[in-house]
Amino acid sequence: MKMRPTIKYEADRVRGFGREIMSVPGCEQLESCIQCGTCSGVCPLSIYMDHTPRQVMALTRADFKNEVLRSRTIWLCASCYACTVECPQEIRITDIMYELKQRAIHEGIYPKRFPIPILAHDFSEMVKKNGRITEMLLVIKLFMKTSWLAALGNWRLGIDLIRTGRFSLVTERIRHHGDIARMMDAVDGKKGPSA
Amino acid sequence: MKYSYFPGCSLKGLGRAYEESLLPVMKHLGVELQELDDWNCCGATAYMAVDEVKACVLAARNLALAEKSGLNQVMAPCAACYLVLNKAKHYFHDYPAIKATMDRALDAVGLHYSGDTPVRHPLDILLNDVGLEAIKQKVEKPLTGLKVATYYGCQIVRPYATFDDQYNPTTMDRLMEALGATVVRYPLKTKCCGGSLTGTLPEAGIRLVYILLNEAQKRGADCIATVCPLCQFNLDGYHAQVKAQYGDVLVPTVYFTQLMGLAFGLPDKQLGLNRAAVPFKWRPTEALPATAPVPA
Amino acid sequence: MVSIKQDIRIGFYICHCGHNIASMVDCPEVARYVEKLPGVTLSRDYKYMCSDPGQELIQKDIKEFDLNRVVVASCSPLLHEHTFRNAVAAGGLNPFFFHMVNIREHDSWVHTDRKEATAKAKALARAAIQRVAHHKALEVKRVPVHPDVLVVGGGIAGIHAALTLANAGKKVYLVERQPSIGGHMAKFDKTFPTLDCAACILTPKMSDVGAHKNITLWSYSEVVKMDGYVGNYTVTIKRKPRFINEDLCTGCQECIANCIYKEPKFTDEFNEGLGKRKPVYIPFPQATPQVVLIDPNVCLNFKRGVLTDKCKKTCVEACGDRKAIDFKQKEEFVEIKVGSIIVATGFQTFDAKRVPPYGYGTYPNVYTALEVERLVNASGPTAGEVILRDGRQPKAIGIIHCVGSRDKKTNRWCSRVCCMYSLKLAHLLKEHTEAEIYNFYIDIRAPGKGYEEFYDKLNSEGVHFVRGRVGEVTDWGMTPEEEGKLVIRVEDTLAGFVRRIPVDMVVLATGLEPQADAQDVRRLFNMSCGTEGFFLERHPKLAPVNTFTDGIFIAGCCQGPRDIPDTVAQAGAAAAEAMVLIDRGHVEQEPNTAYILPDCCGCKSCLPLCPYTAITFDDATRKAVINEALCKGCGTCVGSCPSGSIVQNLFEDEEVFSEIEGMLAD
Repeated sequence: MKMRPTIKYEADRVRGFGREIMSVPGCEQLESCIQCGTCSGVCPLSIYMDHTPRQVMALTRADFKNEVLRSRTIWLCASCYACTVECPQEIRITDIMYELKQRAIHEGIYPKRFPIPILAHDFSEMVKKNGRITEMLLVIKLFMKTSWLAALGNWRLGIDLIRTGRFSLVTERIRHHGDIARMMDAVDGKKGPSA
Repeated sequence: MKYSYFPGCSLKGLGRAYEESLLPVMKHLGVELQELDDWNCCGATAYMAVDEVKACVLAARNLALAEKSGLNQVMAPCAACYLVLNKAKHYFHDYPAIKATMDRALDAVGLHYSGDTPVRHPLDILLNDVGLEAIKQKVEKPLTGLKVATYYGCQIVRPYATFDDQYNPTTMDRLMEALGATVVRYPLKTKCCGGSLTGTLPEAGIRLVYILLNEAQKRGADCIATVCPLCQFNLDGYHAQVKAQYGDVLVPTVYFTQLMGLAFGLPDKQLGLNRAAVPFKWRPTEALPATAPVPA
Repeated sequence: MVSIKQDIRIGFYICHCGHNIASMVDCPEVARYVEKLPGVTLSRDYKYMCSDPGQELIQKDIKEFDLNRVVVASCSPLLHEHTFRNAVAAGGLNPFFFHMVNIREHDSWVHTDRKEATAKAKALARAAIQRVAHHKALEVKRVPVHPDVLVVGGGIAGIHAALTLANAGKKVYLVERQPSIGGHMAKFDKTFPTLDCAACILTPKMSDVGAHKNITLWSYSEVVKMDGYVGNYTVTIKRKPRFINEDLCTGCQECIANCIYKEPKFTDEFNEGLGKRKPVYIPFPQATPQVVLIDPNVCLNFKRGVLTDKCKKTCVEACGDRKAIDFKQKEEFVEIKVGSIIVATGFQTFDAKRVPPYGYGTYPNVYTALEVERLVNASGPTAGEVILRDGRQPKAIGIIHCVGSRDKKTNRWCSRVCCMYSLKLAHLLKEHTEAEIYNFYIDIRAPGKGYEEFYDKLNSEGVHFVRGRVGEVTDWGMTPEEEGKLVIRVEDTLAGFVRRIPVDMVVLATGLEPQADAQDVRRLFNMSCGTEGFFLERHPKLAPVNTFTDGIFIAGCCQGPRDIPDTVAQAGAAAAEAMVLIDRGHVEQEPNTAYILPDCCGCKSCLPLCPYTAITFDDATRKAVINEALCKGCGTCVGSCPSGSIVQNLFEDEEVFSEIEGMLAD
């Protein structure tokens, strides 16, 4: 029986990670967390998470960046805001989850072919390019990148969509689609014409 | 009553039945909707996962366009769009650093957002601007005998509860009652449907869908009325998977606007009722005679 | 340099205060400097001025050198001004010819450079020397203290304070707004950690109050007005109509038995709405005074509270010769004079409806802790049987801690008693029902004597403790065993997973809050409140029962949530503070009060400015008048008077200006 010790040393902490998250506007209240567990208690997805929302808050505050960004939790969050609304310390847990998602995407920390971050990324790319998303195109692209099998498993859904006239592959695009990229560049502080 | 209409990507795609039923119903009530010219995707929950400042900027472009159009009240039927646009507004007011970035980005494309444009949900407009009395006047085929489970979902009550109670919203309930339907007690009315997890992580997503459908069935609902295209899609499109894992809980899911259309006597094909995977077969039986007094 | 009158002979002392001052200020240097200043007869530096030898030195010098002014440069006047004033007085000089300079907190402790510190000490000393020359002899005023005491609130705090004072021979008025004294404690079943029966330990004290010759008990009464100042308060009390003559009623309760309503029909407030009463009722069996009352809102003899006299009045018939029922009784106002007031108005429980996810008010089998106290109590609405609103007997009970406490959305504070009473209720419910009991907590707070041992006892009784703040209570089931039950969804944080626990009954450990009208009451008694709304003590550690208004004391939960042992201790403390005033018989007023010169032109600008409402307008003389006893010497009116007609003792213009000049002279 292979046994691995679960002890964590101070070297496992990424000092400053907690502070960094708490310095993002809206995430300051994390410093008041009393670990009551209300967030996990109301979260509909907490039963599928490897670390419950409460644990993720504790890990974040304690600077265990790797454990947090590699957890399934941040991807399982459906942003239903139940935790934020119930938290007695008014911690905006959902927004902290978004922050953690962003960092994970930015650093490329997620399992290969894991659909959720891939969906988020592709969604943003499609919007940047066209100004709108075409749902069916997005979904098909996602299945192609992650799991053909899953796509096949949804064949009945596909048939239903065709039958009910919702299977459209025509790219939705706005007139001033260049505006989107220009705005995003302005956010990044880049000037001049964009790609 | 004229409003800027922000459909969002879903109402043009998978959720087109929502738009198809919303437009004629609003027209029937004398509410003018002008689709926001060249609106862009609000970003939904996906863009927030990538960069929240950029997500705010994306949403703010629409608010700036609305201001530019002169119609400065925006109706956003899609629950996700409603939340995201309101969130952008809150961030604009609460965080000066983010506001500065938003100003800069909008300026780069010649737009300006003042921070004032209210973003409203159709339920809010129907109950507060149009009024239940006016709606009752238009009912020609009351939905008598229809048992509805009103399902609000997350995004129109959390985290911002503006026009309805956060824990026990009743706007849609009152609307359904005004149409003559019977609202069943549905304790899961604000419970999350799983959002995009039904597609990306089915084991988790399907279970949430099952819980919602099962409880509606247990409470004797003939249908579930929704306000969100993703909720409708989840509750409607995955019956096969639910059946395979848990058993048959066939309860059709419709948009509340579709029920309104039926009550107003509008023809089926104007209401997108054929778009659902699980067909909603119930129809109101009698039309009121033309000379009869309208129901109180 | 300002010239000093020839007959001024100032003694100057600079204290080393060990190292506190001497480490930064060159004391001998300052003494040498001051010696040369005009008006200074002698100038000394000394190690510890506040010590006995130090004080004796001052007394000796006054006599020997015929000093008529004394200045001490040392620590803060807040600490030793009165010490030195007493020393000066003992030396035969008026104590207000003394002035104190702070060269410790204001100089030595805030400098890092010796030269600068010493220079500042010289400037401060010089300023004091110039000021003290202008000091006048003042007399401390003595205001007599009325020996009677008013205790507001007849809960355990008020009862204990009243009995303590009455047993010491003082005359006490005890005013309680409910028809009976006893407060919240009268509603409890057993008390933690000893599991004493609350009524058994309380009722003897209640009857002592009722029988005590020194206590005037006015129940069903409220204070409506308070005027005056320490030692001399005039209080108006409203006695609400019971429609029963208290002196004639014997408490036989025949009227209740014979009421036109054969069955009780109306919400019983004492039983937290769980039981019913008739229009004529007694709040609970051991009520003190043992007198019934009639509720005009539901009695058939009234309509909407107004007497119609249309009822058969079987109650009057049953009362017979006693003739205690008086439907024409009106509210009465009484005025009393007292010297001190103890406010012990208690708390209210948090309204559990403010936390919708827990379902109070939505699901019938969700209860508050106080409701459960009545449920398990033998004299409660179900005679101690735990029977739920829907008739069931619970097989599983969930007790949720921290409802309306430790929550930024409702009340931020910890209500201190809920963990302990939740343990107690767990014990009582286990005893009464043999149900599975779960306590859901964030932390177990058991700080008192015997409290941790009580927690240990509960653990050995098999109560399940789940550390997790409950997310929600719902009435829909996911498994067959959950159908028809209330399901508690919670993260068991210690075990590390989420649980769904079906129960029949949910008990909410609601927190303690200030009373609904706490703001009105505190204005009535001229008190302050903290941000949470509880009455504010003068000092959280050193003066927990005093308020910022002399003569008004607070005790019990009106000051903050606390358990019975601490409440009784505080009540005793408040009684002792009141006794200090009464036994001393007088209060001494600092004479730095303001007074109005005849120049006053009657413009009335000063009247609204006084924070202590000490200024009134004499219509006869057309001049403003300052009540010396109320004046606290804040100086606001002095500065505001357009004609400069208000003068303040110890802060006259000459004194202040000379001090400024002395400060800036170098």
